[in-house]
Amino acid sequence: MIGIVDYGSGNVSAIATIFKHLKVPHVVSGNHAELAAADRYILPGVGAFDQVMDDLVRLGLRDLLDEQVLDKGKKAMGICVGMQILAESSEEGDLPGLGWIPGRVRRIDAAAINSLPKLPHMGWNSLALRKPSPLLADVDLKRGFYFLHSYYFDVRQPEHVLATVAYGKDMACAVNRDNVFGMQFHPEKSHGNGVNLFRNFAEF
Amino acid sequence: MLRSRIIPVLLMSDGGLVKTQKFKDAKYVGDPLNAVKIFNEKQVDELTFLDIDASVLGREPDFTRLRGIAVESRMPLCYGGGVTSAAQATRLIGLGFEKVSVSSAALARPQLIAEIADAVGRQSVVVTLDVKKNAIFGGYSLHTHNGKTKQKSSLQDFCQQAGELGAGEIVINNIDRDGMMNGYDLDLARQVRGLVQCPLSFVGGAGSVEDLQALIDAVGVVGAAAGSLFVFKGQYRAVLINYQKPANLFGASH
Repeated sequence: MIGIVDYGSGNVSAIATIFKHLKVPHVVSGNHAELAAADRYILPGVGAFDQVMDDLVRLGLRDLLDEQVLDKGKKAMGICVGMQILAESSEEGDLPGLGWIPGRVRRIDAAAINSLPKLPHMGWNSLALRKPSPLLADVDLKRGFYFLHSYYFDVRQPEHVLATVAYGKDMACAVNRDNVFGMQFHPEKSHGNGVNLFRNFAEF
Repeated sequence: MLRSRIIPVLLMSDGGLVKTQKFKDAKYVGDPLNAVKIFNEKQVDELTFLDIDASVLGREPDFTRLRGIAVESRMPLCYGGGVTSAAQATRLIGLGFEKVSVSSAALARPQLIAEIADAVGRQSVVVTLDVKKNAIFGGYSLHTHNGKTKQKSSLQDFCQQAGELGAGEIVINNIDRDGMMNGYDLDLARQVRGLVQCPLSFVGGAGSVEDLQALIDAVGVVGAAAGSLFVFKGQYRAVLINYQKPANLFGASH
């Protein structure tokens, strides 16, 4: 059972639709008992870093996820801002992140982008694989995924980077430490590549 | 490398989809949910829905219908029509739209752009401007309410203001070329590209895949959006939802 963590932020319905098509058991919930019964988690997230962290903490979900993911070792995957909150902190806000993967979220350096448009990074972009992972099996890296963001996860330890995207500089766009994964792009809005990624997350 | 986005734009009216010419003569072209399912299969880059009744009638977005669209979509979505507050934008993002477009409400009260950017992040704020070429004095004027109301703000000033207030994207909708399938106004595209640094999309005029390519060659990575091209087939404008992309999505320099 996959628990899609519902804390009032973002796009849970499109993710649930994909799991439904894949016939993968899942629950969209913010309920502690229901989530504790799940064996892996999706952390969605849109909007601002502080808003997402504030909601997680206020609903008691931070403690629950720390226990299930860090202590019990259940797999978790953050998406978009849900990925950024895996970091320790963000230039976009003042609140601490989950701190599950060392690093800080920073604004993309517009000066390093030498053509127009600059920010936000909007559209389909290719991935460069940095570390083999079953999560990215059957994913067409050249076709890539849909991106929509102005901040990126500046990962401190290179071994935690699964894949990078080139926009100005190379940025981490898929991260992983042990049982924790994060995707800056939107797999739920990336057609076949996204469906394969969710299937991999459900099965591996 | 980041690629240009090829974007079908679908006009919602009275529960169905329509296509106009020069913002008039709306012709029924189908059902929104059916179109989403077809565009899922075609793996389109992005899909835009514009409710052309909402602002004219002064009503809210049709959240119930939009929820059904968002649940089915496996591609990024933008919605525009009748959005007048950050609360509405937040609700649309919560339904699963990646981007929310404002037009007449932002021209009436530009601060709305900043309010929505604060609520949902500037990457999700789209400002759509309906423009018309001035017959006598040259240049372009801004219009709202399906082209019926001419605005005082200049295209140049408002693009720059929108960029400063937090627009994540500006969409230029060319009234003169709407539904005409005679090519984009490339002079207009180049002019707007010189005004702001954020992503841009252009709609109005695309009649062939060559027209999409010409826009990308003119301004580089861009949103090449079209209505008629993706809902009609042949000179008699038979309804057939389709999708096609040019060969080079990066622009002339690559």
